[in-house]
Amino acid sequence: MPTVTLTIDGQQVTVPKGTTVLEAAWKAGSFVPTFCHDPELTKPGACRICVVEIKGARNLPASCVTAAAEGMIVETASPAVIDARKTILELMLDNHPEDCLTCHQAGDCKLQDYAYFYNVKPGAFGGECKNYEIEDDNLFIVRNMNKCILCGKCLRACEEKQGRAVIDFAYRGFRTKVATALDKPLADSVCVSCGTCVSVCPTGALTEKAMLGSARKWEVQKVRTTCPFCGVGCNFDLNVKGGKVIGVTSNAAAPANGRDLCVKGRFGTDYVHSPKRLTKPLIKKNGEFVESTWDEALDLVASKFGEIKTKFGSDSIAALSSARCTNEDNYVMQKFMRAVIGTNNVDHCART
Amino acid sequence: MSNLKEMRSGIEEQYKAKLNRPRIVVGLGTCGIAAGGRKVMKAIQDEVANRKLDVDVDFSSCIGMCFAEPVVEIALPGTPSVIYGGVYPDNVNKLIEGHLINKTPVTEMAEIQIAGEAKPYDGIPVMEKSGYYAKQVRSVTSRLGRTNPESIGDYIATGGYAALEKALAMDRQDIINEVKKSGLRGRGGGGFPTGNKWQFVHDAVGDKKYIVCNADEGDPGAFMDRSVLEGDPHAVLEGMMIAGYTIGANEGVIYCRAEYPLAIKRLNLAIEEAEKMGLMGDNILGSGFNFTVRIKAGAGAFVCGEETALLNSIEGQRGMPRVRPPFPAHKGLWQKPTCLNNVETFANIPFIIRNGGEWYAAMGTEKSKGSKVFCITGKINHTGLCEVPMGITLREIVEDIAGGIKDGKKFKAVQSGGPSGGCLPTEKLDLPVDYESLTAAGAIMGSGGLVFMDETTCMVDVAKFFLNFTQLESCGKCTPCREGTKRMLETLIRITEGAGVPEDIPKLERLATNIKASALCALGQTAPNPVLTTLKYFREEYEAHIMDRKCPAGACAALLNYTILADKCVGCGVCVKACPVQAISGEKKTAHVINSSTCIKCGACVPKCKFEAIVKA
Repeated sequence: MPTVTLTIDGQQVTVPKGTTVLEAAWKAGSFVPTFCHDPELTKPGACRICVVEIKGARNLPASCVTAAAEGMIVETASPAVIDARKTILELMLDNHPEDCLTCHQAGDCKLQDYAYFYNVKPGAFGGECKNYEIEDDNLFIVRNMNKCILCGKCLRACEEKQGRAVIDFAYRGFRTKVATALDKPLADSVCVSCGTCVSVCPTGALTEKAMLGSARKWEVQKVRTTCPFCGVGCNFDLNVKGGKVIGVTSNAAAPANGRDLCVKGRFGTDYVHSPKRLTKPLIKKNGEFVESTWDEALDLVASKFGEIKTKFGSDSIAALSSARCTNEDNYVMQKFMRAVIGTNNVDHCART
Repeated sequence: MSNLKEMRSGIEEQYKAKLNRPRIVVGLGTCGIAAGGRKVMKAIQDEVANRKLDVDVDFSSCIGMCFAEPVVEIALPGTPSVIYGGVYPDNVNKLIEGHLINKTPVTEMAEIQIAGEAKPYDGIPVMEKSGYYAKQVRSVTSRLGRTNPESIGDYIATGGYAALEKALAMDRQDIINEVKKSGLRGRGGGGFPTGNKWQFVHDAVGDKKYIVCNADEGDPGAFMDRSVLEGDPHAVLEGMMIAGYTIGANEGVIYCRAEYPLAIKRLNLAIEEAEKMGLMGDNILGSGFNFTVRIKAGAGAFVCGEETALLNSIEGQRGMPRVRPPFPAHKGLWQKPTCLNNVETFANIPFIIRNGGEWYAAMGTEKSKGSKVFCITGKINHTGLCEVPMGITLREIVEDIAGGIKDGKKFKAVQSGGPSGGCLPTEKLDLPVDYESLTAAGAIMGSGGLVFMDETTCMVDVAKFFLNFTQLESCGKCTPCREGTKRMLETLIRITEGAGVPEDIPKLERLATNIKASALCALGQTAPNPVLTTLKYFREEYEAHIMDRKCPAGACAALLNYTILADKCVGCGVCVKACPVQAISGEKKTAHVINSSTCIKCGACVPKCKFEAIVKA
């Protein structure tokens, strides 16, 4: 593979041709902040926080969209770069609520981290600050556009990862806002609440409704598990606080699904601690369901299957399972039917 | 190929016959129409019909003298054509009576005359020697106001489509070399050498290539592209077709702002007529070259004049700039190699191909060749359109062409290049107008808008005007432009309202520097220029607003105070009646006073006072 060698902060680094200056800088161990950059999404070069100084360049190019070139000399932390980044952060903070104390995202917020790192305080320029109604019309997602820094990751994830393009930029200039078509509530849009937008948001603009107010970011223990809803085998992190599941966050390292989840996987774990959940088998006696033990229930099912098999023959029984069950479950189902019941009457919902 | 030659002789005959008849030609560019040109035309037609005169009534486009609109030309065979200004339905009769019936030009209404071989009339400036035109060259604008833009016959008879015919017989690389030799640079403002751009697109690999014409002219005070489109639409089409043949494209798109309905109408008509005559479409002039052009109307976003935002808009995306590279020459419309030039650039091409690159390069300076069309507006006597050789000085434009500053006031500054440009002061008046000199002075050539200001213009207020424009038109994609221009505007508003603090100046400078350095596209990178240049050349005005709470130009209402000089006031009470907010009080025949907290600084009282007792300070 052809490579290029460039100098970043005085250090030579060799990278494959086509690598961005940002990736090369990271490889060289330099710190370069990013907001709108996401390895899985197209690169708009929009937030400009990753600007660097490249010898001979007219301006400060955004490193995320600049290809590394042979012999390039890059400074990632020159005084001009630092001042430009500070200015960008100051501009963002002056158009952002100062409510880190109670913000759900505190502790896991890029804006907060960079403001701390560069020692940037709100109020550098002052002036008008956006003031939108908080949108919580969607069952699962709360949108607080006051906290949005317009990095555009949410709309790119919606279009490029999910193929939905439910949201896009609307309006112009200072009034630019991420909105659905005609700026209608999310609930009235074609959004399917997959929550991919939430998973890529670098600030507290998009949050999982169920988790709001339930835990600070640093109190959450993340437990990797497989989604129990279907056979796709999506992995995600259960967010656990005090031994209780408070919600789900996706994990880019999940082999089958990455950060993508469906509405059930991402937002459907409330059953875990539901008081309505069945924890003991029920047997209908005299027209009423009565709590029972697993032994009694399984004995009952086994004896009934036995009775039917004796009276009407093995082929009087058939089993239908779901294509969305795991392979293991489906295997066990057909094995049971063939080996125990003695019939080939097995089928699944997706065959025809 | 022989086809056009055959057609041409017939068309030229017709055109000659048209010129050999008495004609009245009304200027019907958008400017002429806005000034009442259509009503004038109707009045002329009625008058001609009533008097049963043997005269043709025709129309043309804007000849450039916007200050004189509505403009009417009267041409009698064998005599000079006279161009009259300020013609209205109520003085049409006078013109017809004088010039047509009595064969005596109406000198007091005449602006210029075009004598040709005829003996000039006395008392009317000859075009080439007139103040407005003496220093102009008319190449791209040569047909403006001279031919009927809705007639392909007029175009062909004046040399139109000869360049296409010539180009189709040329080697593609030779055409590029000719354009390179001409030194033509992008006339939309970027100033990129056109020949090099064509070379890139020609060399780019792609199964399909496109020609795109940027007609999304949006700078306040810029209307040269509109004038060219309205006055010579075929020249733009011909330029696009030559480009298409050269780089290997057979599809062209003109992205024209929807606010130019007349330009769109005339373009559509031109396309239709060219197709009918086999000059556009399949197998053009039997050469085997196919080319079609369609028009995409913009939806009002200034940023769509930026080439990559424009391409997004054609594709149906939101008009937001793309990251460059890749440049449109490699990945443009639909990710295909695209040759994207501006209206004036394309319109120059037929002239360059017909006359040769060297002819074009003979005009202008070492690095900026040829001529450039400028729109001169603001506080000058002659506002309008002018085409000048590159390298002319700003002083020549303002003093000679523009006829100096209006009402005998003093020149203060000229804004070159629209909201991306800068304000240049008197000291810069001898600057040659070329790409490099203007950029070095902090302004830019831009698309060619020159707004002149006099001593009553407040430079902080001017910077505020342009920042208001750019922050409204920022696409919102990148942080420095979206948020930064807003903060700059807020600061400027504070300063002009008398609430500025000394730290505002360094703050503005820091913000401007960082926006320029880090914004994504040219809109953001140049948005601070009006502030930076006014801070550079007129810093004391900012300081006066901040330190002394005074607007030296007397333009910022919040910093003004109207007072009545007690020794001059006779207590007549006229001012009391003129005041819309009852801020003036006083007993009859005693000196009146203005309550400054009620006064809204409208200035209505000042002209009413016969004793000059009310002063602004």
